[in-house]
Amino acid sequence: MARQIGDVILDLRNISLSFGGVKALTDISFDVREHEIRAIIGPNGAGKSSMLNVINGVYHPQQGEIIFQGAHRKDMNTHEAAAAGFARTFQNIALFKGMSVLDNLMTGRNLKMRCNFLQHALWWGAAKREELAHRRKVEEVIDFLEIEHIRKTPVGRLPYGLQKRVELGRALAAEPSMLLLDEPMAGMNVEEKQDMCRFILDVNDQFGTTIVLIEHDMGVVMDISDRVVVLDYGKKIGDGVPDEVKNNPEVIAAYLGTQH
Amino acid sequence: MQFFFEVLIGGLLSGVMYSLVALGFVLIFKASGVFNFAQGAMVYFAALSVVGCMEKGAPLWLALILAFGIMTLLGIATEKFVLRKMVNQPPIALFMATIGLSFFIDGFAPLLWGNEVRPLDIGLVDEPIPWILDSYNIVVSKFDLVAAGLALALVALLALFFQYTRVGRALRAVADDHQAALSIGIPLQHIWALVWAVAGFVALVAGMLWGSRNGVQFALTFTALKALPVLILGGFTSVPGAIVGGLIIGASEKLAEIYIPPVLAGWFGGNFGGIEGWFPYVMALLFLLVRPEGLFGEKHIDRV
Amino acid sequence: MIYRETGQFKTSYAADQQIFPIRQDRVGIGILLAVAFLVVPAVAGNYWFNAILIPFLIFSLAALGLNILTGYAGQLSLGSAAFMAVGAYAAYNFQVRVEGMPVLLSFVLAGLTAAGVGILFGLPSLRIKGFYLAVATLAAQFFIVWCLTKFPYLSNNSSSGVISVPGVEILGFKFDTPASRYLLVLSIVVALALLAKNMVRSSTGRAWMAVRDMDVAAEVIGIRLMRTKLLAFAVSSFYCGVAGALYAFCYLGSVEPDGFSLDLSFKILFMIIVGGVGSIMGSFLGAAFILLLPIFLDISLPALAGLLGLPFDGATVSHIQLMVFGALIMFFLIVEPHGLARLWQIGKEKLRLWPFPH
Repeated sequence: MARQIGDVILDLRNISLSFGGVKALTDISFDVREHEIRAIIGPNGAGKSSMLNVINGVYHPQQGEIIFQGAHRKDMNTHEAAAAGFARTFQNIALFKGMSVLDNLMTGRNLKMRCNFLQHALWWGAAKREELAHRRKVEEVIDFLEIEHIRKTPVGRLPYGLQKRVELGRALAAEPSMLLLDEPMAGMNVEEKQDMCRFILDVNDQFGTTIVLIEHDMGVVMDISDRVVVLDYGKKIGDGVPDEVKNNPEVIAAYLGTQH
Repeated sequence: MQFFFEVLIGGLLSGVMYSLVALGFVLIFKASGVFNFAQGAMVYFAALSVVGCMEKGAPLWLALILAFGIMTLLGIATEKFVLRKMVNQPPIALFMATIGLSFFIDGFAPLLWGNEVRPLDIGLVDEPIPWILDSYNIVVSKFDLVAAGLALALVALLALFFQYTRVGRALRAVADDHQAALSIGIPLQHIWALVWAVAGFVALVAGMLWGSRNGVQFALTFTALKALPVLILGGFTSVPGAIVGGLIIGASEKLAEIYIPPVLAGWFGGNFGGIEGWFPYVMALLFLLVRPEGLFGEKHIDRV
Repeated sequence: MIYRETGQFKTSYAADQQIFPIRQDRVGIGILLAVAFLVVPAVAGNYWFNAILIPFLIFSLAALGLNILTGYAGQLSLGSAAFMAVGAYAAYNFQVRVEGMPVLLSFVLAGLTAAGVGILFGLPSLRIKGFYLAVATLAAQFFIVWCLTKFPYLSNNSSSGVISVPGVEILGFKFDTPASRYLLVLSIVVALALLAKNMVRSSTGRAWMAVRDMDVAAEVIGIRLMRTKLLAFAVSSFYCGVAGALYAFCYLGSVEPDGFSLDLSFKILFMIIVGGVGSIMGSFLGAAFILLLPIFLDISLPALAGLLGLPFDGATVSHIQLMVFGALIMFFLIVEPHGLARLWQIGKEKLRLWPFPH
């Protein structure tokens, strides 16, 4: 592969998060390196999604420190995260159901658009040029994900597998430097999974995008990720390259069951 | 000071009436997740049905039973023709549908029973209680006190019904989780129809009390709208919330009506009456900014 | 001409992103506008202008305003009439108090005033949604109408807040005939509808819809919820405000605060439900439907009763009207939640395929 794994760009230290009295995450630390594919695995309710939510600022941890772009901070906020190039997909698809595929992807680029609503209202000059320029970029993503035939379809009408792909498209449309994927292959059949794997690897390879992903399919995870962190009941029980994690007795006991 | 207490007590007691209407909202919201805007129209319809039956010669008790029957039919029809057909729609669509329902009832009720303002006599007089007037020199309406007692009795009755009957248990199960209730064989649609009937009963009691106080008229539906700020204050899912919210709204709007206009008149000159028309809403709005889930409501955490 | 897009290839994204990408639609809308601007003024009588066309256009504008807020940004409001009131009274005050104020400028200022008030009452939307917000907007409805009734300054010291607006005059031309007022209203409404369409098809509109469909995801994309919602409130109230100003200046001539009642707010809400939530064209269809329905009932019900030999009075008509409104709303929400606009679209899609079923 052409990509070169770089330095640590996101470092999470001693993160603890609770809702009311319920502890979701306890004292978790791990880092993410530039251009790598980093997987988070663990049983249901282990706090994987909460972890992603902490990374892009949906949740605010009570304790801990996030070091990002050299700055030490207590938490992220969603807008900052998006502006810094984080894009995200969700476990239960969070597409804009009433909008077409094209509009969903265009919305993904919202942050990059500079014109204000008055310019939009007049649809003149800059606003029109901007819209068309972004349309061109979005068409590249549509092309990449092979969803040309459904561009004008409202996403609510698409089958599940395609919705997942469109959601990836919306994240890619933002040209992210870091992509957070929450179970991108859940509920898919083998072929759809293969397609999705290919897209993820291609994104990582062609654009050098750093990827943090949650996935239950161990075959896929061990295959495509560079490093894996394992959570259980909100605690970190393992961290390392796939082979290391696979042979970690604690991980086997808590999650993997038998050794693969 | 005496005057203050008189206003306060009067406000609290009339707040009980708001609580009664709010109670109907809470019941339906808990059981079906529907925010029933038509509750006010149901109050009007129930009161009108009682008066209508009595005009046709039925004694009060029979009129009450007949009116309850009508409210039950309304509940069943609503479930069958509206709610059942909208199961997969977002709550806001259901809410708008109940606005439609309230228009429908607002037209249907007077079409059935006539629209002139009519008195409703349930044997209660609106006069001060003598011994309180004598010993504390405060006017407390006998009517209001009985109404408050009746409201409390109704709440107690509902609590018992929910706690100790089979149907009550099923209702609580449905309120907790529709899917789970369905999966253990609770007939969701019957329960919804039933809950609408119970809400109809609550509307009937509220309609009787409001009606015998102010006459049975279309304006009842507007008075009943005040139950909405009550709900915001108390939380949409809490029966105690509906009661406490009603008391707070009742007391505060009466106090506001008495004490704010003179102040405004002092500043700007002119007449500033009618504050109670908007005060509960603005208060609820300000309250929302501080505590969106209401006094007794549950805090909602968005899961993604 | 057959309704087909076959053979109309788009060679640029600009061509694909037109408001009406299909040629037949462009021709159709051109004809419609030509009829509205040229034919109607020549043939319609005063009754048509005063009782149907002018109120239709004004309510379309108000419905459009509510549709921006509710249909596109997903924030339900039950206070549209109050924002119309703000517009009407603001325009009146600018006209009466500022010497030589151009009428059109006072309309714009009225819209801006309404937008300001809209932002104020939109603030709770940052913390609450759905029916909580709907209840909060009731506060706007009751409070604003009360203020207009009670503060004499706002109605230039007229009794109980009734205002009689001065005549409309632009650059020395007096809009004193119904036809001229119709043309003025038509021009304003068409222009504002075009601006609205442009907004909703650009990133402004996409941000609104994103917030409507899935606010958490919108936030993660970097859409600022506060700015987006408040902008929706502002733009929506601007439209309602201008509609209110036109309502006073070009339709009634004299208005009172109580005229902008909760009932009117509901009527506007019904227009967008029937016409199509989240559709510019739906606002127009809904306004036409809701305005024409009572006229239709007024004419047909007594005739029907006479035919059947039933006793009939005016109150009955109004009761049946309420019932029909209520039933219609429920019917549309159950059967076609996207309203007439969606039916229109389905019709067009069928036509596109005709005479083959697929």
